[in-house]
Amino acid sequence: MALGGFFSRLKEGLSRSTQKLGGGITAVFVRRRLDDAALDELEEVLIGADLGTEAAARVIAAFRRSRFGKEVTDQEVKEALAEEIAAILRPVARPLELDPAHRPHVVLVVGVNGTGKTTTIGKLAQLWHEQGRRPMLVAGDTFRAAAVEQLQIWGQRTSCPVVAGAPEADAAGLAFDALGRARTDGNDVLLVDTAGRLHNKSVLMDELAKIIRVMRKQDPTAPHSVLLVLDATTGQNAIQQVKVFKEMVAVTGLIVTKLDGSARGGIVVALAESFGLPVHAVGVGEQAADLRPFDATDFARGLVGL
Amino acid sequence: MFEALSDKLSGVFDRLRTRGALSETDVGEALREVRLALLDADVALPVVRDFIAKVRERALSTEVLGSVTPGQQIVKIVNDVMVAELGGEGAVPLNLNAAAPIPMLMVGLQGSGKTTTAGKIALRLKERVRKRVLLASLDTQRPAAQLQLAQLGERAGVPSLPIVAGQTPVQIALRAMETGRREGFDVVILDTAGRLSIDEALMEEVKAIRTATNPAETLLVVDAMTGQDAVNTARAFHEALGITGIVLTRMDGDARGGAALSMRAVTGAPIKLMGLGEKLDALEEFHPERVAGRILGMGDIVGLVEKAGETIDQDEAEKLAAKMARGKFDLEDLAAQLRQIGRMGSLSGILGMLPGMGKVKAQLDDAKLDPKILKRQEAIISSMTPKERRAPDIIKASRKKRIASGSGTTVQDVNKLLKQFDDMSAMMKRMNKLGQKGLMRHGLSALLPKGMAQGNRPPGRGF
Ligand SMILES: Nc1nc2c(ncn2[C@@H]2O[C@H](COP(=O)(O)OP(=O)(O)O)[C@@H](O)[C@H]2O)c(=O)[nH]1
Ligand SMILES: Nc1nc2c(ncn2[C@@H]2O[C@H](COP(=O)(O)OP(=O)(O)O)[C@@H](O)[C@H]2O)c(=O)[nH]1
Ligand SMILES: [Mg+2]
Ligand SMILES: [Mg+2]
Repeated sequence: MALGGFFSRLKEGLSRSTQKLGGGITAVFVRRRLDDAALDELEEVLIGADLGTEAAARVIAAFRRSRFGKEVTDQEVKEALAEEIAAILRPVARPLELDPAHRPHVVLVVGVNGTGKTTTIGKLAQLWHEQGRRPMLVAGDTFRAAAVEQLQIWGQRTSCPVVAGAPEADAAGLAFDALGRARTDGNDVLLVDTAGRLHNKSVLMDELAKIIRVMRKQDPTAPHSVLLVLDATTGQNAIQQVKVFKEMVAVTGLIVTKLDGSARGGIVVALAESFGLPVHAVGVGEQAADLRPFDATDFARGLVGL
Repeated sequence: MFEALSDKLSGVFDRLRTRGALSETDVGEALREVRLALLDADVALPVVRDFIAKVRERALSTEVLGSVTPGQQIVKIVNDVMVAELGGEGAVPLNLNAAAPIPMLMVGLQGSGKTTTAGKIALRLKERVRKRVLLASLDTQRPAAQLQLAQLGERAGVPSLPIVAGQTPVQIALRAMETGRREGFDVVILDTAGRLSIDEALMEEVKAIRTATNPAETLLVVDAMTGQDAVNTARAFHEALGITGIVLTRMDGDARGGAALSMRAVTGAPIKLMGLGEKLDALEEFHPERVAGRILGMGDIVGLVEKAGETIDQDEAEKLAAKMARGKFDLEDLAAQLRQIGRMGSLSGILGMLPGMGKVKAQLDDAKLDPKILKRQEAIISSMTPKERRAPDIIKASRKKRIASGSGTTVQDVNKLLKQFDDMSAMMKRMNKLGQKGLMRHGLSALLPKGMAQGNRPPGRGF
């Protein structure tokens, strides 16, 4: 991904989602004094973008300290607000690094149902394959109907081998076998798909912990990355999701999907504040090429409609 | 959290000594708390505004009755307005008043649960109203989507339209209806690809499907975890297609589900069903009066009671209750109770439905109260002699050793279990003092064996 192209495509992906927020701010601030009423309205705009009441209040409080009472133009407000949000996001905007010391670098992909785990694996496989790496995919969702076939199609699309077991096979055993195979075959990345699971189902969460335990019998340092895939349309429940997955399986980073829609993913701001987990990338479509690095400034500017 | 809201509201009103009509300022202060609660539950901002306006109007025109506090009064108004806005009392069934084959169209965003719900509805119509249902996937976008529906059809014992590669969604829809007519199906469920409400090309496509099939139900399938975007999605799909019903999925999660209120407000369409799991039978009617409490953080108490009722063996439960009432509860009964808990599935999930149970739930989660522990405890009891089960007092060191080795556990495990039994017996005595009503109210906490987790104290009150 060339950087210039990346920016324009990210903007493109985010632009639709930001029209409304941008419009909202414009409506609020055309030649207006930044008073209490204006700040209240601005706070509502942020809440409408899923930042949540607390994060929105914090952003506005900081904003109030530096800007209160000034006569501001629409553009100034947007710039300043974007910077306020970007400053929160910057520490978490970190790319996913593969460690060449691990052969393979094991990436476990987790999340609640339907967020885009399998698709994201397809996208990552594509990216890494293009970079000359040799990813192997593991069809660890042995529960959902045709989940294995779905990943197999992604394997074909990206020319990556897929390890699959019998239907309803034990995902942990499968991951164990796949790791052995990847080592023998010399694959440098192992992408392990898992069934979607709600964080409040402790039995399913324990299964995930078991996958990790069993893989560690092959490689005590595995998994090297645990990616939680979050759907940008998710509201405040995302906080609970991250909290529980982080506790249960030591999530190392987030990927936010479906940012090509009308949802704005403002919950990422609240997540950055609460957990500080890296946000590695965003999904902006259903195709293999629709994955972008997460860029704090871009994301924040996009959020406020710049 | 509803309790938290109630507390906050009573805090606001405690200072008020006056009775009679609520003042504008008092109501305003209370409604700020309500607004925050709704936003934290993911109700969309414009919907919150309308909601608050309705509550305000009603609150200002309501006399505070002598017997309740102003805070309670507001809470009741909030709850009443919530129930009304969600659709009033009771559930709205699927519309089957159309000429066979009745087309039903499933639409929504990517990953919201359309395909799974299509399978669930097929099973439901087949089992409950003996309809002959045909499943057809028009999803040519997502890899293996058509195969997914075919496999779900197999699991449900419902036929699905043979997959023909290369057909467009509209072609598949027409073929499905034609097959439905020719082969005498009652209902044809048309599952579509997920699409973003702002994707004009795909929205046009689904409009064409609608025009070609004229469905009796166009069901918008939405994730209960959806945030503020719920209004955009609902509006776009409603404007394009005329939604006739909403299905709320993943209600088995712990999201408050404010999206339900947003969707309903924007479309005016009833929420007909809700998904409570990945299995095909995890589909239930939507009852506004229950979900209202959940959005407000009160917990779906009725849902809890029903779930407990469905999973618990009634005879066994009644026998148990009778024994408790007589104060005769032995280890035999504890074993039965452990089996009941096992059947109720994730206990912590159930506790999540209850108000004020957050702390207990957290302790349970900490304790990792999993089926393995229940199984182990059952094993310990089954390694005892009948005599030991009836009179646990006789279990001393050597018996403990025998039981431990017989059940593949440790003496420590056996001790834990016996301690737990003692605690429960003590609780039974307390409950008996409360009488039958108390038993009903404390039934679940009695199911929660104390000592199963270190430091875990079953609540004596609070249900
Ligand atoms: N528009 C859009 N759709 C996506 C994105 N990522 C995944 N999807 C779609 O979301 C749905 C669920 O994705 P899937 O990978 O099967 O989710 P999983 O259940 O978490 O494995 C599919 O229809 C995907 O095509 C994204 O970034 N944008
Ligand atoms: N926990 C839970 N999972 C669900 C529910 N409904 C669907 N799912 C899961 O959500 C994921 C996406 O569902 P799917 O039917 O493929 O969504 P679609 O892309 O809209 O067709 C799958 O993993 C389903 O098993 C529900 O009510 N509860
Ligand atoms: Mg998947
Ligand atoms: Mg589908």
